[in-house]
Amino acid sequence: MNTWLRDLFLPSAASIKAQSVDDLFMFILWLNIIFFILIAGLTILFCIQYKRRSANQKTAHIEHHTVLELTWTVLPLILCLIVFFWGFNTYMQAGVAPDGAMEIQVTAKKWIWSFGYPDGSVAIGKLWVPVNKPVRLIMHSEDVLHAFFVPGFRIKQDVLPNRYTETWFHATQVGDYVIPCTEYCGKGHSEMKAVVKVVSQQDYEKFLEEGDPDEKGLPPEKLGATLYVNLGCSTCHSIDGTKGQGPSWKGIWSAQHKMVDGKSFLVDENYIRTSILQPQQMIVEGFEGIMPSYQGQIRERQLVALIAYIKSLK
Amino acid sequence: MADVIASPAVHTGDHGHHADYLSDPQHKGIWSWMTTVDHKRLGVMYLWAVLLAFLVGGVFALLVRLELMNPGEDFMTAEQYNQAFTLHGAIMVFLFIIPSIPAALGNFVMPLMLGAKDVAFPRLNLASFWVYVAGAVMAVTSIVVGGVDTGWTFYTPYSTSTGGAVTMMTLSVFVLGFSSIFTGINFIATVHKLRAPGMGWFQLPLFVWGIYATAIIQVLATPVLGITMVLLIMERAFNIGIFDAQIGGDPVLFQHFFWFYSHPAVYIMILPGMAIISEIIPTFSRRTIFGYRLIALSSVAIALIGFLVWGHHMFTSGQSALAASIFSFLTFLVAIPSGIKIFNWIATMYKASISLNTPMLYATSFLLLFGIGGLTGIFLGALSVDIHLHDTYFVVAHFHYVMMGGTVIAFLGGLHYWWPKMFGRMYNETVARIACALVFIGFNMTFLTQFFMGSQGMPRRYYTYLDQFQPLHQFSTFGSWVLGAGLLIAAVNLMGALRGPKNAPDNPWGGTTLEWQTQSPPITHNFAGQPAIEHNPYDYRYFKVPSDAV
Ligand code: HEC
Ligand code: HEM
Ligand SMILES: [Cu+2]
Ligand SMILES: [Cu+2]
Repeated sequence: MNTWLRDLFLPSAASIKAQSVDDLFMFILWLNIIFFILIAGLTILFCIQYKRRSANQKTAHIEHHTVLELTWTVLPLILCLIVFFWGFNTYMQAGVAPDGAMEIQVTAKKWIWSFGYPDGSVAIGKLWVPVNKPVRLIMHSEDVLHAFFVPGFRIKQDVLPNRYTETWFHATQVGDYVIPCTEYCGKGHSEMKAVVKVVSQQDYEKFLEEGDPDEKGLPPEKLGATLYVNLGCSTCHSIDGTKGQGPSWKGIWSAQHKMVDGKSFLVDENYIRTSILQPQQMIVEGFEGIMPSYQGQIRERQLVALIAYIKSLK
Repeated sequence: MADVIASPAVHTGDHGHHADYLSDPQHKGIWSWMTTVDHKRLGVMYLWAVLLAFLVGGVFALLVRLELMNPGEDFMTAEQYNQAFTLHGAIMVFLFIIPSIPAALGNFVMPLMLGAKDVAFPRLNLASFWVYVAGAVMAVTSIVVGGVDTGWTFYTPYSTSTGGAVTMMTLSVFVLGFSSIFTGINFIATVHKLRAPGMGWFQLPLFVWGIYATAIIQVLATPVLGITMVLLIMERAFNIGIFDAQIGGDPVLFQHFFWFYSHPAVYIMILPGMAIISEIIPTFSRRTIFGYRLIALSSVAIALIGFLVWGHHMFTSGQSALAASIFSFLTFLVAIPSGIKIFNWIATMYKASISLNTPMLYATSFLLLFGIGGLTGIFLGALSVDIHLHDTYFVVAHFHYVMMGGTVIAFLGGLHYWWPKMFGRMYNETVARIACALVFIGFNMTFLTQFFMGSQGMPRRYYTYLDQFQPLHQFSTFGSWVLGAGLLIAAVNLMGALRGPKNAPDNPWGGTTLEWQTQSPPITHNFAGQPAIEHNPYDYRYFKVPSDAV
């Protein structure tokens, strides 16, 4: 019964913190169930038992009852205090990352997450971490508020533009975990997602040396297609011709595109390269300059792959 | 002995019917309504206004739910969805729920309950109504001229940087605040000054206590909202640098200002609901209320402690651990008085004579739904658990259980309770019960599912979602149709009654408070003479239930 309820409410626990949060969650859930049964039970019981039978039915005149009233003041108070201290305790324990935790810089901007690793490399949309190792995230935003949430780890922290905030986790289970943005940030909020890739220590080291294994050995076009989703291009660009927050990529290759400033460019390698690295340089007519710059966050190989992919979208 | 609670002078029934406030020959025509200072007419006008707002907010709610039927874009783009939920939230909060019970029912009933002729400042009352209308018109204008996509919380720096008509909308909230303050001031003065002779503080009906506590919050908290909105407008217009980090401001400061009002505002929403329940339960139980003083004083306690817990909306905002723990602690303290009330209401039904007429059906629904709303608040007050649940559908479910399952259900109960008094007509009881059952079922279908989604990790304010949530989202959307149908039937039933003959007895439910001592609908000056108080409210030992009560 307990595990059934737990699975009904909570995603499977994949971090050290998750276990202690879940225990408290279940304690409160049981309190809720017991008190609900009490409230609903008494209400229904009295409605049946004391249903009006005649218009002049006599009723009790009970103005109050000190012992009873003390009971339902003091008992809930005690239970609430237990829950408070329990919640406070787990919160404080979970508050500070242990020494020696691996540090990752998290940058949020409309509507992508990027992660800076200790070796200076940057990955967009995917947070690779080794299992069973504490990881400390130092986060900031380049525009509005966002929030970093990993349901599987039971962590959440707002990401602010004017200061650094931090959180940490210690993953206990290899797997993929979604990171949905949970502070409303505009149009792309619902699609501002990233993934935590929890892998073994060996796989993690391999990732650091050779880059994303998911991207390895793929032909450029295929790689471009995965990057289209992973790097968040799909939030704004469609590939089927429908206009999104940015222009669709369908059939744009070697077309002539007009910019807001009246100039006109041929869509070729150079144009796409500049569009990705310095989007503010040329803004396509009919759109706003909201595309983030990918300068320094995208490898040459990935750029080539994206160009090949766009080229293939006839 | 007849009803001893009121003096014999009040018995208008024996002397034939007087012209009531609706058909008074001295006050005829549309102009007499628009310029009326009669609290009853103002209450009725407020009622139509807030019901209209509820309808509009409800339509947006159904649209929001419809979009969530499937993941991906169904019929709204992300931007349209963002506007839809913003308008739903803003209309429901600022135009509907805050003025609903105090300004509509409170305005009508409270002076009657006090045995007064009117509120203390009738002209201020009229001003409050027209300021409300002005604010509402501005809100509608902002929808028409550009839409608003900030959420009803207007968090910075998003709200200072997004386009659309945010300035107009915040200005409207500023104006609506004045309407709320006017009502609050008026009611405080009325309760202090216009009680009938012999009516001490502890002879006040509990509805009056609840409205009084609400009025205190309205007067103390609303100015903070007004100032915050002005700061936001200045930030947008002149880039001053208060909230926007780009120019040196602090976005989290806005959240502090906003919740300093908006948490107490949660009590502006729920206290009047509790106040109605405290009337309905003793009347339909024909028994004195259990723990009168505790219920009365707990309203005031909630109102005061409620000012010190705003930080529980900001546990993940980066506030210090010390601040977070103090806010968490105080949050649990403020939960206790609400719990006490629930148990007192249930104890009132012990050894009673309960009739499950529509108002009482709503009151029992309230006990269950508000019970769930309050209990699930314990999850959110506990620090480490709230970190997981914050800004997910769990919170959406929780506040709908409180605001809709609590306040709106109580409001519906109150409407069915006082409808015969307000308009002198009985509605169809069977239809009303069916509507109540549909509302109850539909409401639970819509929102119970959202607890599971939320704790599984479904964030709020998303127009699309992971496939794993689809079954629950769909069920919730079906539920919203049942709920909508229930509300529609209730509305048609109540409105339909207005076309029938004036058939309501003066005291159809056997209520002990003064509003039942005058005729239905009341005469323009409420009572034919000055009613006097000889017994506490809800004292059925001396109260003779009239023979025409149902
Ligand atoms: C926040 C939304 C957004 C994201 C995310 C985004 N873009 Fe854009 N993109 C735009 C907008 C808006 C434009 C048009 C205005 C401009 O040219 O800057 C644009 C223009 C472009 C263009 C020029 C298209 C044309 O028709 O001329 C290319 C190429 C492009 N983006 C590539 C990318 C790639 C590759 C990614 C992912 C790595 C990406 N964009 C991510 C919004 C976005
Ligand atoms: C009196 C009744 C109601 C009130 C006061 C109310 C209030 C609110 C508020 C304040 C929000 C938050 C908006 C925001 O996040 O900015 C909200 C969201 C929502 N409401 Fe209601 N609501 C009511 C009734 C309903 C009903 C009847 C439904 C369903 C049919 C509904 C469905 C929703 C949904 C789905 C959301 C989530 C929007 C999102 O976060 O994306 N509400 N409501
Ligand atoms: Cu977001
Ligand atoms: Cu609050």
